[in-house]
Amino acid sequence: MARNVTKNRKLAMTVLAWAIGILIFFPILWTILTSFKTEAEAIASPPSFLFFDWTLDNYREVQERSNYFRHFSNSVIISLGSTILGLAIAIPAAWSMAFVPGRRTKDVLMWMLSTKMLPPVGVLIPIYLIFRDTGLLDTLTGLTIVLMLINLPIIIWMLFTYFREIPGEILEAARMDGAGLKAEIIHVLTPMAVPGIASTLLLNIILAWNEAFWTLNLTAAKAAPLTAFIASYSSPEGLFYAKLSAASTMAIAPILILGWFSQKQLVRGLTFGAVK
Amino acid sequence: MATAHSRSAARIMISPAVILLLGWMLIPLSMTLYFSFLRYNLLMPGTHDWAGFLNYRFFLTDPAFFAALKNTLILVGGVLAITIVGGVLLAILLDQPMWGQGIVRILVIAPFFVMPTVGALVWKNMFMNPVNGLFASLAKGIGMQPFDFLGEAPLASIILMVAWQWLPFATLILLTALQSLDSDQLEAAEMDGAGPLSRFFHIMLPHLARAITVVVLIQTIFLLSVFAEILVTTNGGPGYATTNITYLVYAQSLLQFDVGGGSAGGIVAVILANIVAIFLMRMIGKNLDI
Repeated sequence: MARNVTKNRKLAMTVLAWAIGILIFFPILWTILTSFKTEAEAIASPPSFLFFDWTLDNYREVQERSNYFRHFSNSVIISLGSTILGLAIAIPAAWSMAFVPGRRTKDVLMWMLSTKMLPPVGVLIPIYLIFRDTGLLDTLTGLTIVLMLINLPIIIWMLFTYFREIPGEILEAARMDGAGLKAEIIHVLTPMAVPGIASTLLLNIILAWNEAFWTLNLTAAKAAPLTAFIASYSSPEGLFYAKLSAASTMAIAPILILGWFSQKQLVRGLTFGAVK
Repeated sequence: MATAHSRSAARIMISPAVILLLGWMLIPLSMTLYFSFLRYNLLMPGTHDWAGFLNYRFFLTDPAFFAALKNTLILVGGVLAITIVGGVLLAILLDQPMWGQGIVRILVIAPFFVMPTVGALVWKNMFMNPVNGLFASLAKGIGMQPFDFLGEAPLASIILMVAWQWLPFATLILLTALQSLDSDQLEAAEMDGAGPLSRFFHIMLPHLARAITVVVLIQTIFLLSVFAEILVTTNGGPGYATTNITYLVYAQSLLQFDVGGGSAGGIVAVILANIVAIFLMRMIGKNLDI
């Protein structure tokens, strides 16, 4: 009888969890479905759920009307560029703090984190004016630099927590075997550090892709990534639900896929080791 | 183990990051501080008169500031309440044995990866629109009047949108914390005849206390700066109904070009964020042993 009870319980939990999961996911699902409808069907009442004439016209139209792929590639360039640049600066820093910690290392780490707590409006005007005067406004270079800087503390912290898990004894063993510093780094440390670096890369691409304060305030037509492009749908003309859905689906699809791979890193990356 | 040589190498390796972050923090922040004491409007080039605390007086006595402060607190508080209560319940649910747990997890986490402008516009148009939205269709379907979400309850609607985006974050972190709970302890309590409610209040909730605090602090930092959702849905209106501090500073600086006033507002926002940040930093620092 006890087994029966647990089985019923498992069934009830399954039904409940699936119902809530689908409810939470529904806005995304609805967006994806609407992107395949015609504009008339998109606002039909009662709405059709699956039985409508599936069409790809919206995707074609979004691209033709607004050169969607330029904004898409802006997003790719900005998020990849800022992450890689950030890694190049953060890897040596996190490395030295993890393997050669000094008396001040903790203070430095905490201070770096505190820069992340700075609300963006606190520096909006100076950054805007500096960008205006140096011609960086509405450029990919400018946005890449800003996104690199706002995510740098997170990158350093994530790498630091990963590097700390590499046991120091391995280094000593390699040294005993006569490995030089260069060989030590290339053959021993790098292979052990790669998974951590990959996770950091993934999470920061996601954060940069979805960043929506600086991308909205520092770009106009030219360098606008998808966050800013989608925002242009806030003052629409005519029927636009299906087109909005198509543009949205393309904007979130790559990150949804990356995001599912990085669930675990999300906790580590955004809680700074405070929850394990 | 660390030699003087490796120490100086370490210092060189860390310096680019330190210099960049120092520059990013100090230069613009001191500029904001400086501007906040000037009479400086981009529409009146040339005037940079010293204004003393005038900008602060104007900003802090402006009715818009009180409206924005109130909205900020309601927004942060509302989203926190929904995401913490919902997150605890969801985490406990997802921790139960079930079929297809991995897939449910993915469904629940997905909203966190949706960019804020997409999430807000989808909610605004396809769900909350009083004419064509799905909620309006549902209301008509059961014979009710459609409700104009962003017109009648604008702030509550934005809270709903933002909570939808942050619920996954709270759930994921609380679930991680819950999974580190020793199941023997729960079983022992069950053997001793503790009901589900008393197990929840006496074992699970104390165990989750730390994770809940972390979620509250981290979310507060991000929620104080909610911006895109407001920009694409209501533009802070109607009136000041959905203007938070972040949006108010944006409007003052980049829409009214009032650099002095906007800067004073920016400094106020920094001070507000720091009150939360101090607690968060203390918690993180305690967990960091070097």
